[in-house]
Amino acid sequence: MDVRSGLRSIDARLALTKLAGYPFALATWVGEDGYPLSVAVDVTVDTNSGTASFVVPGGLVMPSAGEMSLTGSHIRPQPGVGYDERRHVTLWGGLDRDRAGWITVRPTAAWGWDESEEPFPEYVERSVGQSRRYLGQLSSELGRTVRPRLSAGWLFLRATRLPFLSAAIVPVTIGIAIAAVGGLFDPLTALLTIIGAASAHLAFNVANDIFDTRLGADELNVNPTQYSGGSRVIQYGLVSMRGMQGLLVLFLALAVSIGLLLFALSPSTQLLVIGVLGVILGVGYTAPPLKLVYRGLGELTIAVGFGPLMLLGAYVVQSGGPIDVAAVVASLPVAILVALILYVNEVPDRPGDSRAGKRTLVVRFSRGTVIALYDVAIVAAFAIIIIGVVLRVLPLPALLAVLAAPLALRVHRGLNVSYDQPYALMAVMATNIRIHLVVGLVLLGTYLSVLLVQALAPGRSLFLP
Amino acid sequence: MSWLPPAVIGLIDIALVAEVSVVRSDGRPMTYPLIPMWDGERVLMTSSILFSRKLEHIKKDHRVCLSLSDPVALQGRQDRATIIGDAAVIDGDPHVDWERVLPLWAAKEPVILQLLKSRVAFPLFFERAVIEVTPRRVLYWPDGDASAEPQTSVEPATALAAPVADARTGVPA
Repeated sequence: MDVRSGLRSIDARLALTKLAGYPFALATWVGEDGYPLSVAVDVTVDTNSGTASFVVPGGLVMPSAGEMSLTGSHIRPQPGVGYDERRHVTLWGGLDRDRAGWITVRPTAAWGWDESEEPFPEYVERSVGQSRRYLGQLSSELGRTVRPRLSAGWLFLRATRLPFLSAAIVPVTIGIAIAAVGGLFDPLTALLTIIGAASAHLAFNVANDIFDTRLGADELNVNPTQYSGGSRVIQYGLVSMRGMQGLLVLFLALAVSIGLLLFALSPSTQLLVIGVLGVILGVGYTAPPLKLVYRGLGELTIAVGFGPLMLLGAYVVQSGGPIDVAAVVASLPVAILVALILYVNEVPDRPGDSRAGKRTLVVRFSRGTVIALYDVAIVAAFAIIIIGVVLRVLPLPALLAVLAAPLALRVHRGLNVSYDQPYALMAVMATNIRIHLVVGLVLLGTYLSVLLVQALAPGRSLFLP
Repeated sequence: MSWLPPAVIGLIDIALVAEVSVVRSDGRPMTYPLIPMWDGERVLMTSSILFSRKLEHIKKDHRVCLSLSDPVALQGRQDRATIIGDAAVIDGDPHVDWERVLPLWAAKEPVILQLLKSRVAFPLFFERAVIEVTPRRVLYWPDGDASAEPQTSVEPATALAAPVADARTGVPA
């Protein structure tokens, strides 16, 4: 099935039932002059015989044979907004006309759209193929390539999925802050670390789009949202595959160059291992031969990459190699929460992912297991922070992260209620992303407050006694 | 000054949706709901390239008709009209050409201005063509009873150039 064919054919009998629900229908035919002509008629639908009949309107010469269409159309006006409840159905069929002035249409084909059955974003997504076809024809007509456009800034934001950069910035800045608390801080390498990690993250986002397109996952996903389903810039023709490959090379080259520079400035085996492993996991997340996300290892990969690797990588740049246990412990809740971003964002993607053979955990598990695993993981993230504070590994203010727990309850409830509604899940996904950000900022703020106390009140401790 | 009856212009102005019928290359009529707008001479509509089959049909056959028939979409008006005319597709630059109809569009669907601010979220929806329909004949049912004979108006130029035997059907003499 071409999921991007746009127009949705409907079974003619089902369409007849739908037509019966409209207060009137439009009978449309093509006159002898070649113009179509529509007129409102009151139809009588007989689903048993599969026909729709109406009395020939007065004063019009209607065909006595051939084919005719019947259309039902509905909206609900919404003053100040426009309208909603959009739905329409059109049926075609041969017609019979009797002496009493009745025309009977026997529909053989039908199409239509009902936004209560197919949400508008999905209808749009299913119509992308038609838009590509049209622009191809238009390019031929005009003798120049016509492409959809966005301003450079918006296009960059969309192609790189820039707003997700917090997933890299949070662990890196925490790693730098923990090192600073231990008296290890160099502003130049700290800045380079942030830029390098951001470049790597953007490279991995672009790589994900390239390989999900090549492997068919993005093409088969007709329910992308603001938070899931990739950037779609290739599918929409906003950026060519070649353009995205160029962007990947650019960001990857920048990230690797900065990584090498940092290694030169602060050489250590730990940094080398973290850097190499980071690139392998980042690219191999989607790219063959590893295709980790296709094998149910995507969540673990993201947890390792955007938790310990980012945080400890930033830490060892400052420390020159040694790793503090506080950095390891702090990286764990961050790892779990970033993996949960991916995990929840995979929920609306699962039909397309399943079709493309992308066997994420959400594809593999039942709804109940998926939600239970979310609960276990989110509790574990908060528990690690509490235990870390109790064991005096993490400073006391880190407990403020628990204030984000109500957000987790909202995600739990949202998953239960909207599991099968991709667009209703958008608010759930946004809340889930906020948990990672809030907890990350609390941990960052915790170490900044430790630094402040060190500066203003030496000897005072923010750890449990 | 348009030859269209003022009542019909009023219907176009108030209609949130009209049903536009075009002719496919196999001769079958296709009907699509679209927002009609009146620029003083022609009926304007706009279609995203996402839903562009109607544009393909119009490019192959310019003959179209618009039905203004749903009292709900006509915000309570009970009278009905069918406008028969010739359509042209304006799509030289689908990114910007349609923006000239934005004020007329926003007057009927104000939310579109908010959506346009989020153009990055719906990039293909805002790649659009304008459909310009030049009316040739109009059928009008003042009381909305389409089973009764309609009042018929014909574009003066059309009537002079090619008188028709029956303006209601367009069947040539």
